[in-house]
Amino acid sequence: MIDGIEVDAKAGATIRSAAETVGIEIPTLCWARNLNPANACRLCVVEVEGTRPLVASCSRTVEDQMVITTNSARVRENRRSVLELLASAVELDWAESELVAHFVEYEARSDHFDGTKLEEASKIHDDLFAREYSRCVLCYRCVDACGDQAQHTFAIAIAGRGFESRVSTEFDVRLPDSACVYCGNCIAVCPTGALTPLTEFVMRTESTWVQERQVVTHTVCAFCGVGCNLELHVQDDNIVKVTSPSDHDISLGNLCIKGRFGWQHLD
Amino acid sequence: MFGVGGGTSSFAEIEDADLILLWGSNARDAHPIFFHHLLKGIKNGARMWAIDPRRTSSAKFADTWLGLEVGSDIALANALAREIIHNGHADEEFIANATSGYAEFAASVEDWTPERASDATKLPTAEIRALALAIGQSKKVQICWTLGITEHHTGVDNVHALINLALLTGNVGRWGSGLVPLRGQNNVQGGGDMGAIPLRLPGFTDVSDAVQRERCEREWGASLPDQRGWHMSEMFDAMHERALRALWVIGENPADSEADADHARAALSGLDILVVQDLYLTRTAQLADVVFPAAAAWAESDGTVTNSERRVQRVRRAVAPPGEAHDDLEIIFDVAKICGHDWGSPDAEVVWDELRRVSPSHAGMTYARLSDLGGLQWPCLDESDPGAPFLHGRLWQQPLVGARAPFAAVEWRPPLDTLDDDYPFRLTTGRVIDSYNTGVQTERYPSPIRTGDTLDICRADASSIGVTSGDRVAVASRRGAIEMTIRIVEGLPRGLVFSTMHFPGAADVNRLISDAWDPKSGTAEFKATAVRIDRCASEIVAQ
Amino acid sequence: MPNVHFGNGQPTTREQEIVEQFLLEPERATHALSERVLVGGPRRATGIRHLLLPGLWALQDSVGWVSPGGLKALCDSLGVPLAEAYGVATFYELLQSEPPPEVLIRQCDDITCMLFSSGNLGVEGSRVGSSCLGQCDSSAAAVVQRPGHGTAIVTESVGASTPVVAAPAGARLLRRIFNGGATTIADYRSVGGYTALEVAIEIGSSGVLGAIQQSGLRGRGGAAFPTGAKWLAVADSLSSTKYVIANADESEPGTFKDRVLMEQDPFALIEALTIAGLTVGADCGWIYIRGEYTLSYARIKSAISEAHSTGFLGADVAGSGRPFDIEVRRGGGAYVCGEETALLQSIEGYRGEPRSKPPYPTSDGLFGQPTLINNVETLVNVLEILHQGPAEWRSVGSAESPGTRLFCLSGHVARPGVYEHPMGTTLGRVLSDAGGVAAGSELQMILLGGAAGGFVSPEQLHVELSFEGARSAGLSLGSGAIVVFDASVDLPKVVARVAKFFANESCGKCVPCRIGTQRQMEIVAGRSGGLRVLDDLDQVMTDSSICGLGQAASSLVRSARNLGVI
Repeated sequence: MIDGIEVDAKAGATIRSAAETVGIEIPTLCWARNLNPANACRLCVVEVEGTRPLVASCSRTVEDQMVITTNSARVRENRRSVLELLASAVELDWAESELVAHFVEYEARSDHFDGTKLEEASKIHDDLFAREYSRCVLCYRCVDACGDQAQHTFAIAIAGRGFESRVSTEFDVRLPDSACVYCGNCIAVCPTGALTPLTEFVMRTESTWVQERQVVTHTVCAFCGVGCNLELHVQDDNIVKVTSPSDHDISLGNLCIKGRFGWQHLD
Repeated sequence: MFGVGGGTSSFAEIEDADLILLWGSNARDAHPIFFHHLLKGIKNGARMWAIDPRRTSSAKFADTWLGLEVGSDIALANALAREIIHNGHADEEFIANATSGYAEFAASVEDWTPERASDATKLPTAEIRALALAIGQSKKVQICWTLGITEHHTGVDNVHALINLALLTGNVGRWGSGLVPLRGQNNVQGGGDMGAIPLRLPGFTDVSDAVQRERCEREWGASLPDQRGWHMSEMFDAMHERALRALWVIGENPADSEADADHARAALSGLDILVVQDLYLTRTAQLADVVFPAAAAWAESDGTVTNSERRVQRVRRAVAPPGEAHDDLEIIFDVAKICGHDWGSPDAEVVWDELRRVSPSHAGMTYARLSDLGGLQWPCLDESDPGAPFLHGRLWQQPLVGARAPFAAVEWRPPLDTLDDDYPFRLTTGRVIDSYNTGVQTERYPSPIRTGDTLDICRADASSIGVTSGDRVAVASRRGAIEMTIRIVEGLPRGLVFSTMHFPGAADVNRLISDAWDPKSGTAEFKATAVRIDRCASEIVAQ
Repeated sequence: MPNVHFGNGQPTTREQEIVEQFLLEPERATHALSERVLVGGPRRATGIRHLLLPGLWALQDSVGWVSPGGLKALCDSLGVPLAEAYGVATFYELLQSEPPPEVLIRQCDDITCMLFSSGNLGVEGSRVGSSCLGQCDSSAAAVVQRPGHGTAIVTESVGASTPVVAAPAGARLLRRIFNGGATTIADYRSVGGYTALEVAIEIGSSGVLGAIQQSGLRGRGGAAFPTGAKWLAVADSLSSTKYVIANADESEPGTFKDRVLMEQDPFALIEALTIAGLTVGADCGWIYIRGEYTLSYARIKSAISEAHSTGFLGADVAGSGRPFDIEVRRGGGAYVCGEETALLQSIEGYRGEPRSKPPYPTSDGLFGQPTLINNVETLVNVLEILHQGPAEWRSVGSAESPGTRLFCLSGHVARPGVYEHPMGTTLGRVLSDAGGVAAGSELQMILLGGAAGGFVSPEQLHVELSFEGARSAGLSLGSGAIVVFDASVDLPKVVARVAKFFANESCGKCVPCRIGTQRQMEIVAGRSGGLRVLDDLDQVMTDSSICGLGQAASSLVRSARNLGVI
């Protein structure tokens, strides 16, 4: 039973996916279609009857006779606080549009909590990647994509503890000195713009990145015989970024360095 | 295989396999996103054996790496087959129902004891036996390979040796098992399917097939030869013999990519006319009489490509080609017009629909369906056909429908370019993750992990020559000599060195390689070159 | 071959040696059978990943830090990606990932030690603050780390406050310790040691399960979960591999009872864990000891080795025909690892970040197998239940909270130490049995249950210390910590220290706890914002944090506000 609607869910389904089947949307940040959620952002919390704390709907699986409330005042207050905590610590002005919409939906104010911000200088060590951890919400998506959920390169992990936790290479070595193979699968899953292709980063900092003028065309990568699907983001007849559809069963949103950056030969 | 020119399986099947043999493939670097599927298979519990002379980045994910001697694949496969038979692990019911030539095959491998294979492969007999046992005891085996199998003078026989193993154990025609040749290029499968190989018509039918030939002749209003044409290697021979005088090269850089590059360049230079159609002024284009600047097919024009799992997918124009560059189709139409044939205005979908009329395997693939379904895998016979995730399921039908799948007894023949005191090292070539083929496109983006013109060598060999990482050396084969930079790596047995072919400008590796080719496929022996490595590089090259 | 990358740091000869001594050949991630055959792969590496934390400790204790070269040598051998191993090393307080000073002194400045103006403990060196070290029965404590000399605890007691162990109403758990402890198997046997195991073998698994259920024993770690139900869940699982774990990661500020048990009666824990293993069907037990408890670690290790040589551990435990062995793991200095799923992650060689529950460890625990995890005090109770029989055992305490409870008294109390009382004893009685407030001062406030507990005012000394008694007074027994504050104490500073404790100890995984504890610390310290947003923080941390740490991180602040302390 979700919000008073009887739901016949498959065994093993998460609360969030069961809710989706009856048209109830639950906000998330650390969830992505092609990854198992780290269960870290706590934006997707819901009330489950008989459980004192709120429950992360992205990870908790449904049980028989479960009674779930997804949008009570308590749930909404908690979600608002999660958003306000994030806004108190990191820059969210490059975040994906869904996150911005959640702030409106939950009437979250970015100045509700004030305190120390996460301050980190931009890390640009090569011609492909820009990393700005002052925008990082530690959703773990990049770590999981680099790690055992997709790429298995393990160039980055969470280091440190608590508020000092950061996504980091070993001993914070420069990216070209790490295990990184520049597949950019971390960039692809970053929801806040903490990780961007350098092309996008430069345009954003120069204020020439105009999402509204961009058209996305689907095509297939020109290199090896795997046939990864590409989404070419084109602004003013120039490719400005390449991604891969996370729902295409060949690549599931992932690419290699050639697929994600090799297009630059056209420039 | 078995009369069909494509891998048997979908990428996703490897996620459900019990045993993965990655044989002569460094998919981790060369097919990275396929390797994601393979990694899921490992996570789901599959065992993996990597069979490769090098302990590649792929092999590091294997439960066991077998670093066999370059070009000894048939010896290993035959010994595995013998062990499987002796262990009682041959799938006799499948063999009886669906295959032919088993008795001859079994007799042909009987001499291949693990001991004999051990001599040829330099692998311990215990591991040969262990792998045979693993294959025999697994329910779903996937055998994946790439150019490590095919770029030998026995390339076709190598493939047959692997097919034999699959037939012997019934690992074909069922989800999760199968034979997976990973195509090196985004549309090498599609090119073949369209008939761009010397003995095929569109739909992978033989030129001698009168019914298909007639269907094409009707469609095109022209008569077609019933004899096969030349493959690449034959074309180069023909150029040398002046039997071939004019060449139109579309999207290929043979001046850099052919084995024995000096020889190939001489052939190209001797042509009466060379026309090159490419994105860039490649080394081949620099030899050309006429260059047609072309649009990038994947971003500047519309069409389709076919991947390694036989999936046809749409490519789309996203940006306009620069300057005077034109879509390949436009260029061909324009040339046709000059030659007196007005084919109308070029339209990729019109051309595709023509293909669908002449190739039954593609008949059900409308542009609309290809877009909606994320591509379709042939055969797709009509517009209600969902396509074929895997092939040869019919082999499990009783009674069998259609032809039996033949075993092919194959004999091991070591590389032609033999090692001796003058040329004691075996050079093998391959790809690295950030670059592609002759580097025409990939040298033009700023990869932070570019390796350059390095010659990879193990520590023991490096010290025996007296060199260390960063030293310049002369690498000489029986055909030529070039300079390279030493890089000491782990994962190479003594006697084996490795280089990529991505940087012909800096290290013209293909000048070293023999153009002796497999008479069955026309593929040259890229993987097995005998070389000598010396310090004081500049002096030796100067000689 | 860039994909499996082991970095650029080069190990020193010494570091290489340490790793080689630490890992035997079969424990390497790869094994070369010849120049052309190598076994390895991710499955093999995963199988030995649990050796990462002990490996990091080996480097820390020998060279004083986890250097880039040392980490590379270790990662090379274990097949652990460098970035991940660095993430693990930097998770733990006691593992240094920067060049160490000659002497590093981590001196406790937590809620008890902060009450006393402590000296330098007789050591000179580089001094940093530390969360509670579980030495609160002394008045000053520090962890001292010196390259080549490992990690040691030093303590100092001021005045007459020599640590005591007392059981005014009849000792059960403290029985042997009361009589001087039993640190050798001979001593342990001479006071009836291993007779509970004999009983357990005699009555069999179902007999033990029945006895524990009848006893009504509830977990002493803080959550008060019925112990019998946990044992039954693991015993009933059909899995062929199961584990039992003693949670000895005692880190709640003001708490030191498990340390005293392990230091002075180590065989009791080993015997109890052995009974747990035989009962639920586990061949392997683990004891996860807080990293700062160096003496506990040494005593437990030595006791295990004695138990082995006398047949109480090994292939045939005490003639039962059943195998059972115990592995000991040393924590790295992280409060959150006391949370059972974080503890599992830590043993497995990952960062001690809690998992989402369900699934619970009883079905998906260590290495994915059904696992029983009990606190040290809980386990030791099992011996008493089997000795006395469940009816006799539950004759003390209350119906809902049968048995006795260990309380840790510290702060401004006359005789700090560990006290055993029947459940339901009043707080006033417990305090007076410890001699009351230290001479010459007057009670201002008591902190019950540690940092995750709450304040009790002098007016509430009648509260009964049982699960239900505490609950009805809006309190929690928590770990059994009782910290006494006299009139001189600046209580807002205590609250601020607790807020800092949670900010320091938050693992950082979930947003409410990672940012919430930081904001709470800043607000309570007066560094930002106002008290007005504390309610929002309280709600989001309590409702939405993944684990008990975040869910309890605002409890003392709430309690302080309710009592008008801040």
